[in-house]
Amino acid sequence: MNPEGLKYSREHEWARSDGSGAATVGITHFAQDNLGDVVFVELPDVGEDVVQFEKMGEIESVKAVSDLYSPVSGRVLERNEALTDSPELVNDSPYGDGWMLRVEVSDSSEMDGLMSAADYTAFLDAEA
Amino acid sequence: MVSDSFQSPYVPNTDADRRAMLDAIGVDSVDELFADVPDGYLNYDLDLPRGLDELELGRYAAELAATNCVPGEYACFLGAGSYRHHVPAVVRQIASRSEYMTAYTPYQPEVSQGTLQTAFEFQSMICQLTGMDVANLGMYDGSTSMAEAALMAARITRRERVAIVDSASPLYREVLDTYTQAPGLAVDTISASDTRIEDGTACVIVQQPNFFGYMEDLDRLSKLARESGALLIVSVDPVSLGMFKPPADYGADIVVGEGQALGVAPAFGGPYVGLFACKRAYVRQMPGRIVGRTVDTRGREAYVLTLQTREQHIRRERATSNICTAVALIALMSTVYAASFGRRGLRRIAELCYHKAHYAASLIEGIPGYSLPMRGTFFQEFVVECPLPPSEINERLLNLRIIGGLDVSGSVENGMLVCVTEMNSREEIESFAKALGEFGGGG
Amino acid sequence: MTTLFERNESERRLLLMDRSRPGRLGTTLPRLDVPESDLPDGSMLRDDLELPEVSEGEIVRYFSQISQLNFSIDHNFYPLGSCTMKYNPKLNDEIASLPGFSDIHPLQPEGTAQGAIKLLWELQEYLNEITGMAGCSLAPMAGADGELAGMLMARAYHLERGDDGRKNVLIPDSAHGTNPASAAMAGFEVVSLPSDSNGNTDLDALRDSVDDNLAGLMITLPSTLGLFDTNILDVTRIVRDAGGIVYGDGANLNAIVGRVKFGDLGFDVIHSNLHKTFTQPHGGGGPGAGPVIAGPRLVDYLPTPIAERGERDGGGDERFSLKRPPKTIGRMGAFHGNFGALARAWAYIRTLGREGIPQISEDAVINANYVLSQLRGFYDLPYDRSCMHEVVFSASSLRREHGARALDVAKRLIDYGIHPPTMYFPLIVDEALMIEPTETESKETLDFFIEVMKTIAKEAAEDPDLLHDAPHNTPNTRLDEARAARRPDLRWRRGSE
Repeated sequence: MNPEGLKYSREHEWARSDGSGAATVGITHFAQDNLGDVVFVELPDVGEDVVQFEKMGEIESVKAVSDLYSPVSGRVLERNEALTDSPELVNDSPYGDGWMLRVEVSDSSEMDGLMSAADYTAFLDAEA
Repeated sequence: MVSDSFQSPYVPNTDADRRAMLDAIGVDSVDELFADVPDGYLNYDLDLPRGLDELELGRYAAELAATNCVPGEYACFLGAGSYRHHVPAVVRQIASRSEYMTAYTPYQPEVSQGTLQTAFEFQSMICQLTGMDVANLGMYDGSTSMAEAALMAARITRRERVAIVDSASPLYREVLDTYTQAPGLAVDTISASDTRIEDGTACVIVQQPNFFGYMEDLDRLSKLARESGALLIVSVDPVSLGMFKPPADYGADIVVGEGQALGVAPAFGGPYVGLFACKRAYVRQMPGRIVGRTVDTRGREAYVLTLQTREQHIRRERATSNICTAVALIALMSTVYAASFGRRGLRRIAELCYHKAHYAASLIEGIPGYSLPMRGTFFQEFVVECPLPPSEINERLLNLRIIGGLDVSGSVENGMLVCVTEMNSREEIESFAKALGEFGGGG
Repeated sequence: MTTLFERNESERRLLLMDRSRPGRLGTTLPRLDVPESDLPDGSMLRDDLELPEVSEGEIVRYFSQISQLNFSIDHNFYPLGSCTMKYNPKLNDEIASLPGFSDIHPLQPEGTAQGAIKLLWELQEYLNEITGMAGCSLAPMAGADGELAGMLMARAYHLERGDDGRKNVLIPDSAHGTNPASAAMAGFEVVSLPSDSNGNTDLDALRDSVDDNLAGLMITLPSTLGLFDTNILDVTRIVRDAGGIVYGDGANLNAIVGRVKFGDLGFDVIHSNLHKTFTQPHGGGGPGAGPVIAGPRLVDYLPTPIAERGERDGGGDERFSLKRPPKTIGRMGAFHGNFGALARAWAYIRTLGREGIPQISEDAVINANYVLSQLRGFYDLPYDRSCMHEVVFSASSLRREHGARALDVAKRLIDYGIHPPTMYFPLIVDEALMIEPTETESKETLDFFIEVMKTIAKEAAEDPDLLHDAPHNTPNTRLDEARAARRPDLRWRRGSE
């Protein structure tokens, strides 16, 4: 369920390194399932900096608002504008079309501190 | 004779009912249910008058009401944010239907489609009147709409100054001060002719027509705001929008106003409905309730409260506002009013006010000793400079069963703010002018 | 051929603009009886105004038809916890509509509005007496507006003493969302305060939270769990000893009115949502009124204006006037508060008087405890002790065992003609179902409700889908709220039908 090759945070965000210093960021299947129908995503502008484990935006379902925490630090290169009109992409495809940001990672060692898919699955089991 | 011992008509429980329920609960007396109150703090000492029966209370209320001088019985030339207009009977009839009047906030859309659909009608009409993209279901009154708009502009621009044109209502200005004191927003009073505003200003607020009844140059103020990256907030009288171009045409970002003029009684100041509309891009920063159209599980169209994550019950201390009132019943009155007059009728009402006010102004301007110190286009209110303090004139007018205009001598020397609507007959206007001529006329 | 009834059903949802036909009018247009003046320059005028053109009969039928889609207190029982949906006396509506009240202008000279100001003064006096406080402003236009006023008063009090470091406001985790929202609008930081396992304030947590940064506490009494906090005297003492202001959310005043006074318990300032204790038609969400009532420490900071009774001049009439409190936080609205709502509350208090006011709390509390006693065992009771005016059940067992949530129980109630109770509030109770019968419901109505709740618990076990798909008997089934929020469709547009 949680794809291999991605890195996962305890706040249920994921990061996928593209091998050239940038990473794509989103929320996990578990997170979107818990939130229910996502209706709005607020993300930082391109060019803003995000900091690992700090708030990078907000995600709303019909009757809840949750903070989004960045799994990596760096400058925002791109954000998924499709989420403006189609926030349901986060539900339908959390690891694909529902991605949120592309970030120029300022410290690649931060990625090493995140969990592997197997570790994250074990983390979820322990939480349950 | 049958005993008249007191029994509340609003409580069905008899002593037998209470006994049966207390037995079912398993307690001897009702006091046991209050056992959590600390010892010694049950305080039955209640120095209130005895209850009045319906006949007595009806008489007493009528007696109190009768000591007030009632516009209608008196000619009345007061406006300044609360306006007398004819309200078609259909407005009160519909608004007093218990299905609307005694319904709860429509959190359960399956049993609230009446309230929700009329709310959608209200939002639509406010958008059409103001020219804006979206409107909410109403704030407490026009003044709190304006104050909340300033807070909203500060959130959107992340700036901490507010500029307000000095011709706005001083009462509204006081409410703005109340709301901005805690967030620490600086409020700058500017003149409509200023060519620059402070750096870091979140919004320029202007009242249209202004407090004195005159039209401001919105093109200029819009440009002034835009050049500084500030939002333009316009506070309107919705009846004036029956004839004047809407604020959206001048680039307004947020339009607020007092909805009372649309079918709501003056009622000594409330309840009214604050209008609140804005550009679509800002909808998620709006305060208040918003109704949207969607479908049910069988694909049938229906309405629901939406974008609720902005609100206090979800976002708590980070909500766009603490408001959880929607003033839905007052909004319903305004909706029925606007539907009754329609496009032609509202234009007609606006023009009647305009012509009558101008007729009154022309009469008063012709009285020696009286003048109209302000220039420009006015709608239904104007300021008269009197030869005597307006308070003295008003006192003498009362003897003639005339409630004169508002004393604005704090802003204009011996200034009286006169309001004339379709409610003021030609006879009333002419008697008023004649009386003014007698009090200090002749220079 | 369809019947007229069927046609009406299908056309009921056409909006006014869709019914509009050029030339129709819904009322007569007033005549012009003065000479016309020149209109302003055409560049200032509009010709684009779109408003419906419909006849009066069409308006009446449209609004009457869609009104039938509502539940309302005149037609239905609302066991709606924390919201207090009780019967609204008709006399009060008539009194508020007297032309001598409804047609008077807020800026009339005080001498021409003596009756109205006297009414305000009397209401202030009654509220002071009922709550045991020193002074009252009727200016706030809703409960949340009263909260904002009270917290701005607390802020002004601290600032005047040079105490500008007092930023923290403690708010129990069971509080209404308006409390933290109002505290934030008044410039404070919100610190959440836990409840203990009995539903009282956790005193250890409170002691740990008070320091020099404490501005005050906002606490609802009885709490939103429907419980009278047995620690309340300790709570107010700890906060006051630490230099804080004790704010009482009077939302639940109806549970203790005529029996317990906030002033006796150490509260500095409270508000009263008038509709909840002193009746007010709910109007589909408003208007309301939220007077703010202060003890000696804060009375000078009340919002303006306050009605005052003047000295009789040489045996003459009493004079009533509107005054500005000496250190007022300012104005909450353009005029003097929602007079129409205030007149209704005044009429209610005058009808009940000293004998009838304590009956409100007595019967509200008996009715709630009766429901508690009869549904114990059918729904979970997270705090199984005597309640006040409302009782909080939980559907967590139903959810665990049968997959039926509080929402499903609530929606199923609609099929029986009963408005859902408050759900998922307070936030600290899982699957909360919060039930408040109010004192205006009869035992027969409560017995019917109790039977329905038992039936629904049985249905949940036997046929949970019956609940999941509820309501079945309404014009609309459950709505797609996600669609409404994702693609907001907030107004009529030409061609959108």
